[in-house]
Amino acid sequence: MRPVFARAAIPRVPPNDVMPPDADRLARVDAILQRHGADRTHLVEILREAQEPEGWLPPEVITRIARAVDLPRARVEGVAGFYSMLHLEPAGRYRIRFADNITDRMQGSEALLDRMCESLWVEQGKTSEDGLVSIARTSCIGMCDQGPALLVNGRAIPRLDTARIDRIAELVRAPTALDAWPPDLFVVEDNVRRPDRILSAAFAPGEVIRATLARGAGPALEEIKRSNLLGRGGAGFTTGIKWQTTRDSPGEERYVVCNADEGEPGTFKDRVLLARHADMTIEGMTAAAYMIGSRRGFIYLRGEYLHLREPLLETLARRRAANLLGKDILGTPGFELDVELRMGAGAYVCGEATALLESLEGKRGIPRNKPPRMAEKGFLKLPTTVNNVETFCGAALIMLHGADWFRAVGTSKSSGTKLLSVSGDCARPGIYEYPLGVTVQQVLEDCGAERTQAVQVGGPSGTCVSANEFRRRLAFEDLETGGAFMVFDESRDLFEIARHFAHFFAHESCGFCTPCRVGTSLLRNCMDKLHEGKGSQHDLDRILRLNRVLKASSHCGLGQSACNPLVDTLKRFRPAYERRLQSFEFEPAFDLDGALARARAMTGRDDPGAHLRETENG
Amino acid sequence: MPDEKQVPTFQLDGVDVPFQPGQTVVQAALAAGHYIPHLCYHPEFKPHGSCKVCTVRANGWTATACTLPAKARMVVESDKEDLNDLRRTLVQMLFVEGNHFCPSCEKSGNCVLQAVGYDLGVTSPDLDYFFPDRPVDASHPDLLLDFNRCILCELCVRASSEVDGKSVFALSGRGIRKHLIVNAESGRLADTDISVRDKAVSVCPVGVILRKRSGFMVPIGKRRFDASPISDQALRDAPRPLTRATEAKPAEAPAAGSAPRADASAKQDRA
Repeated sequence: MRPVFARAAIPRVPPNDVMPPDADRLARVDAILQRHGADRTHLVEILREAQEPEGWLPPEVITRIARAVDLPRARVEGVAGFYSMLHLEPAGRYRIRFADNITDRMQGSEALLDRMCESLWVEQGKTSEDGLVSIARTSCIGMCDQGPALLVNGRAIPRLDTARIDRIAELVRAPTALDAWPPDLFVVEDNVRRPDRILSAAFAPGEVIRATLARGAGPALEEIKRSNLLGRGGAGFTTGIKWQTTRDSPGEERYVVCNADEGEPGTFKDRVLLARHADMTIEGMTAAAYMIGSRRGFIYLRGEYLHLREPLLETLARRRAANLLGKDILGTPGFELDVELRMGAGAYVCGEATALLESLEGKRGIPRNKPPRMAEKGFLKLPTTVNNVETFCGAALIMLHGADWFRAVGTSKSSGTKLLSVSGDCARPGIYEYPLGVTVQQVLEDCGAERTQAVQVGGPSGTCVSANEFRRRLAFEDLETGGAFMVFDESRDLFEIARHFAHFFAHESCGFCTPCRVGTSLLRNCMDKLHEGKGSQHDLDRILRLNRVLKASSHCGLGQSACNPLVDTLKRFRPAYERRLQSFEFEPAFDLDGALARARAMTGRDDPGAHLRETENG
Repeated sequence: MPDEKQVPTFQLDGVDVPFQPGQTVVQAALAAGHYIPHLCYHPEFKPHGSCKVCTVRANGWTATACTLPAKARMVVESDKEDLNDLRRTLVQMLFVEGNHFCPSCEKSGNCVLQAVGYDLGVTSPDLDYFFPDRPVDASHPDLLLDFNRCILCELCVRASSEVDGKSVFALSGRGIRKHLIVNAESGRLADTDISVRDKAVSVCPVGVILRKRSGFMVPIGKRRFDASPISDQALRDAPRPLTRATEAKPAEAPAAGSAPRADASAKQDRA
């Protein structure tokens, strides 16, 4: 048992850091509100910033913000309650959140988490009694190539080992202000292993825009269509058609949005693209804006990529100064675009384009009903195109080199190259760019994977393939992928991996629709029951039944794909499930002895006589 | 009728259903006397399709009938065994998600969840209970909030903002932790501007928002759905723009044209 009391040896937080008086607190909130013009579409950003000083959002802060943006208080509280990075309860001055992708666990994150909890005398999921530190887990933070990783007050620290954990614990215990922590802790590697057309592209800023201007908006769009560039985020929609519809839809304003909310566990290629090729991404957005007639753009960056925020803001500022953004771009009268960087706040579902737009509007990230399509009614009900980072990069290269050049690689149905985020059991995790159509086997050989049992292609919502399918191709007509490629060798238990993914979906369900809200949690509980050795054939049948319900009736792709990892592994690795079954008949989930745990805790008893199981066995 | 202007129709389980442009499948079906099971849809409010009980198959694809715009010649399947089975599972999910004890619930007999469950032939919860810990809010002198029975249909949220102009209710949290909150810094209903006469109070389809001191005034057995199944009542209550001279405004067309109800819950609805 871990101690639950704070140790006296830990110094108290210095007096100047204790909760400031209310007037200061509200004055700070007012300053933030003023900076955002009390614009309610900035609500997620406002809440993020308002949380900064104290690590949580006290009730009076919510009230103040609600009044300023003219929304009911409960609505603002509901927005704050939606995002996992926003806290409505007091949290520690240092808020440490361990990335909890399956790859982090494979790299030993659990032992490191325990070590840190022990060294700081705090329980996982709790705040230390002196308010110094809270330690919890969070979904994948896109550092699988250099895990295990964690976030301290939103800033990523990758490549954790016992030495780093001890250093961090020391800094917390001191306590050292986060800005004074050694910068080497926060260095994020790019790990580019196989560059191809996108990752080796080199051009001067503005070249893509000039090429687009030279083509003219109409012909440029025709070129995009002819290239058959499909969406790189995973859904694979034809980019040209999306842009054409956005261009043709009536509206006073049109928006171009870059989806950098890369939340699919095991995906980190957009992190690298935005770190190394931010200009290419923004050139692609600018070209798109020219084609569809948009004057405003957004980059929606996942909150976990805070380290990319400053560099991106600098890139945007540099481009404005060089007249590559702003009014009359490159001296072209009337060609205007400004791009605003917006941060997410911890919600996987916001990678779904309509949920992303809701978040951009300052709301809870709930996917919208379709129709209407975003191209007709998107951001603020105006025509909007939302594309993945990599899609904009592809479009930029098409503008430079043309559709024929783009189609020269890939397959007939899947043109161009694709970035893969390779992680898990392999010698060289990192970013690999291949022409589409590459086989699973080829990637495994290149990344140095041995005795591979299975590969999770496209993350938990994708497909789990076993060894006899390694000849299959990564392409839109075979194994569709947003880029995640997690490798599991023969030592891994595929049931436990699937169980981990079931927990992920239950945690990330937005809760809007019944099947996903309740179903993902039922699946999680069902997998936990199997894990505890209490499962039966009945539970396996239930998984398949829930799969049918979630596929048929979930509101969005999250619920529709939540069963994929379970069904895939049940189909391919059934023994991993069956050896856990206590019987092939029904076993109840209700655990009478477990139900008495609270009574035992209250009476301080844990002896055999206080357990039913022991009594039965004895 | 060749001389008259043709009213567009879609097919519902093999029957032609006329509709007016802008109507969704549920609206048109109910108006034409065809029941599609539904829960979070309410004729007075803009549908949002969260409960998924009204899921149908339209041209081969599943969709919520309450949000699906009716289209000419669309082929819709609803009363099919697999779809009713799906609906039963969804209702069971709502039962196990909260803490529903029908025999002791004040809303029993007036409860839409219970009524839809009976109508679909849900005989047991089948799934494992969550037994969530959801404390009640008894702070208000005249109203009780029993969150144990909340099915997150958002009708009170919509009614309070759209009809009462107050926004007393909203949703917070996500996933299985999604929950109803009230518009007060203290988090207590007593500190909001809710009134017992609010639409938000009467619209609750389950037993979350209850008036104090009026419990069990109407005995179980003489309540709304004790008289007739919800599938009949939904048809009776449906606004019927097609059969009226003027189109009823959605906000004013609840049970207006329907037969008077024999029980007290009808009164409660209009209070």
